Amino acid sequence: MSEQQSSGEKITGAQSLVRSLEAAGVTDIFGIPGGAILPAYDPLMDSSIRHILVRHEQGAGHAAEGYASASGRVGVCMATSGPGATNLVTPIADAYMDSVPLVAITGQVAETLIGTDAFQEADIRGITMPITKHNFLITDPDEIPARIAEAFHLASTGRPGPVLVDVAKSAMTAQTSSSWPTEISLHGYRPVTKPHAKQIREAARLIQAARKPVLYVGGGTIRSGAHRELRALAELTGIPVVTTLMARGAFPDSHPQHLGMPGMHGTVAAVAGLQKSDLIISLGARFDDRVTGDLATFAPGALVIHADIDPAEIGKNRHADVPIVGDIKEVLTDLVAQLRADGQQGDYEGWVAFCAGIKKQYPLGYDTPPEGLSPQYVIERLGTISGPETIFAAGVGQHQMWAAQFIGYEHPNTWLNSGGAGTMGYSVPAAMGAKVARPDATVWSIDGDGCFQMTNQELATCAINDIPIKVAIINNDNLGMVRQWQTLFYNERYSNTDLQKHSRPARIPDFPKLAEAYGSVGLSCDSPDEVDATIHKAMEIDDAPVVIDFRVHKDAMVWPMIAGGASNDEIQYARDLAPQFDEDDL
Amino acid sequence: MSTHTLSVLVEDKPGVLARISALFSRRGFNITSLAVGPTEHAEISRMTIVVDVESSPLEQVTKQLNKLVEVIKIVELDAGSSVHRELIMVKVSATAENRGEVLDLGQVFKAKVIDIAADAITMQVVGNSDKVTDFLRIVEPYGIRELVQSGVVAIGRGARSISERGKPIAVPVPPAANA
Repeated sequence: MSEQQSSGEKITGAQSLVRSLEAAGVTDIFGIPGGAILPAYDPLMDSSIRHILVRHEQGAGHAAEGYASASGRVGVCMATSGPGATNLVTPIADAYMDSVPLVAITGQVAETLIGTDAFQEADIRGITMPITKHNFLITDPDEIPARIAEAFHLASTGRPGPVLVDVAKSAMTAQTSSSWPTEISLHGYRPVTKPHAKQIREAARLIQAARKPVLYVGGGTIRSGAHRELRALAELTGIPVVTTLMARGAFPDSHPQHLGMPGMHGTVAAVAGLQKSDLIISLGARFDDRVTGDLATFAPGALVIHADIDPAEIGKNRHADVPIVGDIKEVLTDLVAQLRADGQQGDYEGWVAFCAGIKKQYPLGYDTPPEGLSPQYVIERLGTISGPETIFAAGVGQHQMWAAQFIGYEHPNTWLNSGGAGTMGYSVPAAMGAKVARPDATVWSIDGDGCFQMTNQELATCAINDIPIKVAIINNDNLGMVRQWQTLFYNERYSNTDLQKHSRPARIPDFPKLAEAYGSVGLSCDSPDEVDATIHKAMEIDDAPVVIDFRVHKDAMVWPMIAGGASNDEIQYARDLAPQFDEDDL
Repeated sequence: MSTHTLSVLVEDKPGVLARISALFSRRGFNITSLAVGPTEHAEISRMTIVVDVESSPLEQVTKQLNKLVEVIKIVELDAGSSVHRELIMVKVSATAENRGEVLDLGQVFKAKVIDIAADAITMQVVGNSDKVTDFLRIVEPYGIRELVQSGVVAIGRGARSISERGKPIAVPVPPAANA
């Protein structure tokens, strides 16, 4: 590890911590003070760093995630020891699953008290070991600058991820003279970013020889900032593209080569594009079970080129015929150069026509209910009215899938969601973080009524700190996705998914009133005729958060769907409706 | 059971053993044996881990281990090119009548007698897993009162050391790493 450098000047560990964060380039922190972290909050008052006082540490963590996902910078959250730190566990786990660059700073009890079950003591380093890329406990004040430098380096390089730095209160109150290091040396950390030339040549050879290739684009492409390089490869070769839930926006939805999102609720064209392919070019994706369905029957005729910065993802779920370890941006740059040098164009004509045919035959759609408001319509209109420069942060469930399906994404980092962990409550604080990182962008939180009630307290933070986010609650009075599974797989026995008590006429809570109580503008809408006007009204308000309660009908379901654990061959376009593929053309 | 022996060089930092054992537990990898100790370099510890690879492929085990920041190097030591040893101390029932028999059996295995009581002998055996297992099978009929066993340690044959390594790569810190 780094050698400590001395500046000669004596300062407290807490001052050293704040100076280190400044040196790391931090401009915004989301957090809540408490006993053990208290020393750090004193110098923070005089710092250039903006500290945003949230209402719950989970909000701080998701806000830091949203900040990072919208901007590509490291998100920072801060909490005290014990319960403050354990409240960060969910967002840290979320950031780990979705490879979000995050640094969490927690206070720890004084070194002499560690291990004594002291007041507000929790072994947060031990607790977060399996959900962080790395974590540190600092008891020696001289180590503070070096560990902070390492934390930011680890969080932001290689496969990004959360790093937790737990700082004992005694280290913050002690004197130190160490200063920001000039170099970092982590013996065991050497991420490979430059792909192997031999693997690139082999990949190019397979691409030229394939007849039915598909570009399977994952979140790694967005984290790597490789959307331009992706487009170059796609347009050079003409190969169809699918973007996973984490990669929405990596390739423009308006592009004719785009087949949509694959997976459990993917488009028929994207699912078929993978399933019937003879070559999958995986770019920063990880063959997640929500994409592959039953692994044994997933894309049975396909060879796999698997490019990822994390070697452990390659071959984890699906055998890779050509493994490529490297940063996706560099992989794509080299691959494009190799294909140009080879000068051979693959013959994909029949395949491209087949995919285009399915895309045309099975577009995304929904049935408009005879009465009431269709949730898909609301989300579609939000996307259209707000436009492709808008950042959308979704919660988890039906509304998340509809927001992934019915909004057209044209740019990376405009679609934020909890993909791997599936954390209900992500949306409002993540939208808040995104708005802090990108204050000029319109930021919409698309949330469910279930999700919203998990973290809506951050509306207070938004209202007080001039963070005017917009929230669209897709309110169907139910835990909609769970209800959908009960409809399909539990004989319509709706155990504990109804969030209302229907013996009372009024809905609890009254979301517009709740919004107003939080210093936000509360609107409601329950008719298709009012949707556009309500959205426009919300778009005009830019001096306060806005919450729209869209009261939608509860029986809408997310289609297409592949049942959990089923083969992708068993995709249903709508209930009891399997698509027919005419493969004679291939 | 199919096993592989890994020598893992790790930074000697607090919590590194917890990190490694937690990784095995979380990923569902099975450890058959684990031994930890210092090495010729003060700041580096060496773990010898025998992994059951029937449940998960060795490649995943080593790749996941390699992701741990404190893991410096992993080398697989196969039986052909390395020496494996473990140590047991076993308390065997032995009366005045059969003490001689037990001692004779011990001699075959080059067991060292480390304690004798009126009705028991405590012996120490060092060897590879096969030898240790064979010895236990032979003395078992006399009655094993207590058994304690070390983890397997292993070292490669020949002159080279696995801890020979290049200088650690230092990464310059950008003035504002986050900007």
